[in-house]
Amino acid sequence: MTDVTNGEGRRGPSFAPWLIKTVATLVTVAVTLLGLLFVTFMIGRVMPIDPVLAVIGERATQAQYDATYLELGLDKPLLVQFGIYVSDVLQGDLGKSIRTGQQVTTDIARVFPATLELATLGTLIGVAIGVPLGVLAAVKRGSWIDQVARLVGLVGYSMPIFWLGLVGLLLFYGILGWVAGPGRVGIFYQGIVEPITGMLLVDAALRGEWVVFRDAFSHIILPAALLGYYSLAYISRMTRSFMLEQLNAEYVITARVKGLSEWQVIWGHAFRNIRIQLITVIALAYANLLEGSVLTEIIFAWPGIGSYITTSLLANDMNSVLGGTIVIGSIFVGINILSDLLYRFFDPRAK
Amino acid sequence: MKKSFVAAAVAAIMSVSVAAPVFAETPPNMLVIANRIDDIKTLDPGESFEFAGSDVSRNVYEKLVNFDPLDLDAGYQPELAESWEISEDGKTITFTIAEGHVFSSGNPVTAKDAEFSLRRAVLLDKTPSFILTQFGLSADNVEETIKATDDRTLVLTLDKPYALSFVLNCLTSTIGGIVDMASAMDNEVDGDMGNDWLRTNTVGSGPYKVVEWKPNESVLMDLNPNFHGDKPAMERVIVQHIQESATQRLQLERGDIDVARNLSPEDVAGLADVEGVKVVDELRGRLMYFSANQKKEMLADPKVIEALKFATDYAGMSDSFLKGQYTVHQAFLPRTFLGALEETPYSYDLDAAKAALAESGFPDCGPIKISVRDAQERMDIAQSLQNTWGQLGCDVELIVGTGAQTLDRYRAREHDIYLGAWGPDYPDPNTNAGTFAINPDNSDEAGATGLLAWRNAWAIPEMTETTLAAVVENDTEKRKQMYLDLQREHQKTSPFGIMFQQIEQNGMGASVENFVAGGATTEVSYWVITK
Repeated sequence: MTDVTNGEGRRGPSFAPWLIKTVATLVTVAVTLLGLLFVTFMIGRVMPIDPVLAVIGERATQAQYDATYLELGLDKPLLVQFGIYVSDVLQGDLGKSIRTGQQVTTDIARVFPATLELATLGTLIGVAIGVPLGVLAAVKRGSWIDQVARLVGLVGYSMPIFWLGLVGLLLFYGILGWVAGPGRVGIFYQGIVEPITGMLLVDAALRGEWVVFRDAFSHIILPAALLGYYSLAYISRMTRSFMLEQLNAEYVITARVKGLSEWQVIWGHAFRNIRIQLITVIALAYANLLEGSVLTEIIFAWPGIGSYITTSLLANDMNSVLGGTIVIGSIFVGINILSDLLYRFFDPRAK
Repeated sequence: MKKSFVAAAVAAIMSVSVAAPVFAETPPNMLVIANRIDDIKTLDPGESFEFAGSDVSRNVYEKLVNFDPLDLDAGYQPELAESWEISEDGKTITFTIAEGHVFSSGNPVTAKDAEFSLRRAVLLDKTPSFILTQFGLSADNVEETIKATDDRTLVLTLDKPYALSFVLNCLTSTIGGIVDMASAMDNEVDGDMGNDWLRTNTVGSGPYKVVEWKPNESVLMDLNPNFHGDKPAMERVIVQHIQESATQRLQLERGDIDVARNLSPEDVAGLADVEGVKVVDELRGRLMYFSANQKKEMLADPKVIEALKFATDYAGMSDSFLKGQYTVHQAFLPRTFLGALEETPYSYDLDAAKAALAESGFPDCGPIKISVRDAQERMDIAQSLQNTWGQLGCDVELIVGTGAQTLDRYRAREHDIYLGAWGPDYPDPNTNAGTFAINPDNSDEAGATGLLAWRNAWAIPEMTETTLAAVVENDTEKRKQMYLDLQREHQKTSPFGIMFQQIEQNGMGASVENFVAGGATTEVSYWVITK
């Protein structure tokens, strides 16, 4: 009996921290999202813009105005309005967009996959080029490679994305004709692929529509490369700085003295130790792209969440703005949690 | 393994980039248009009141009467109604519905559909419903006032003997679109007469039907297989939402689109030497104006307003930053409307402006705040006014805000000067006369926010009478003269400084013919286009 009780007692503490941590995480997520919603909601309501006019337009009669005012629940106190909104959200109802006339969930299901696809490809490009470039720049410090990496970073930071996007479009689409123009897919291929994930590249691949895949890739590559360039400017700079710190460490000298090859020293030792920091940098870069890059979306007619939220905000379409806020907020929280999990994977101390 | 994957990925990227499909031109039976279509909120003709939405509606829904796109000046013509008669007392119009028109659903168009469509437009009570309710049609009386007596006869009973042209012009607007009653009612939810369904679906008897509308992205239209008229050359129409003028221009130059509808003056100029592309100018109905709040003591002085009108550099603006996009126009009816006044009595004359100001009660002028939204062309105009009015000694400040902020202030009658644009709601002179020159009750309590005269606190009992008289004048020549006189008076005495009328500059492939954006009176018509 005693043994069994003790056994239960031993199992208890090993289970409880996991449970407590999960509950704590969930509570943090819920409080963060609620706070975010509250602030966005209040900003929307105190903005000096009449939400009724956004719905009915400036030519409506006073009677129509009054009817819409009541329909939107604007006669109720602000906190009550917020309470009703949160209760609807908990039931999966984000309300209707006054700008598109459709459910916000439908709108977001349409625009978010477009952003996800673009941001993911952009980040992949940024990482694929930015990390090796940063490592090389650190290893060959002061050499021409280092200078090139710095120049790339400088241009990436200082050049307006709007301008670079237009120049890219002019050069690669307008003059050279290497890539397709704005939009997600050519007019000939619209509506061919039945959506599964909403991400056209993925859906086309899953459905085996390789012609559509090629066309969609030809459309996405330029905006993705542009976003990737901005990511790589940041990622390469940070990688270089992390690597320099490691390369000056004593264990690297020891490794060299032990006669390890340069490849093993750089990638097997120094790089291994910057992975944790890099994950944070890449996660941040990815999250930034997932917010939607409004200007890139406008230039490339890319129907993503960035331009959706911005246009909604200007039209005082608060249901759409709040819906978008929930998505963006969830992304940041989700990426934070994912980073934590990756830390545990790569850093034995975190286990 | 890792190395081979990277190599494969790089090879894939290179092959796709180099071999990207490049089409020199769109297919001959397909029209591809780049346009800003993010204003579409609904496709329901009983609710739609935005520019891009009206463009769609005109090509999908037929009306009792409509404009011929190739002869807009001829005015309304029979469409679903083959003829009409007006009763002796002028209050009852009896339409005879033509045979042979069929909805995209396959159902024939009958007078019952017309009755249903017009009744539901009144009953839904959405923003454009005023176009019908101004004739005394209301939720309480539609069963008596809008009546199909048989499958081919529709009787419309009005509360006054309005000018027939006024009524029929109103029926050509989007809200006059006739929908298939059976399809709408099959999709009715909670007594909405199919409103929710018709927001995203169309079922008209026009040349096209909407296959797919993705908000802020595209509208795809195919032929209505049951369209009774000649088969349009363009069997498929795709309108893509392209926000940027420069992007539209690139697509046009590459031949990926047939028509670019939002080109900036710089891009229009840039297209001048491009082979295979042309730019077609068309006068539209939008007016650009400034107006002075009559609650402000200085601005209520007619001589101050006269001074401001003379101190405005109309030609200077239209020849520089507005070049090609706006033409000088100074009356409240846009050119091509019945009775539009083309006289432009004001031009930039600083001496005349100073003389008028000297005669006013404010010879030194004073502080003036111009409310303007943060759009490029309006900001440019506001800055020009700031400069030239400043030469009179006025201390001009620009209050810049978003469209909604500026409009809120305007509707609350809190502005000094409002710089804005106004487009006609329906193709009858009353559409503008009924807002620029009517104000039955100038009190704050009246809350007539839809009337521009009220927004500027301009009390005009006599002019209101004249404007109301014009809508019941059935002699078209007399009616025209009434509007001409009204505009002359308005030009002289009103606190409105009407400055410009919009010109739409559409870039298109050289082979595109018959592209008519709709002039000042209607919207674009895809079914007559060839290429």
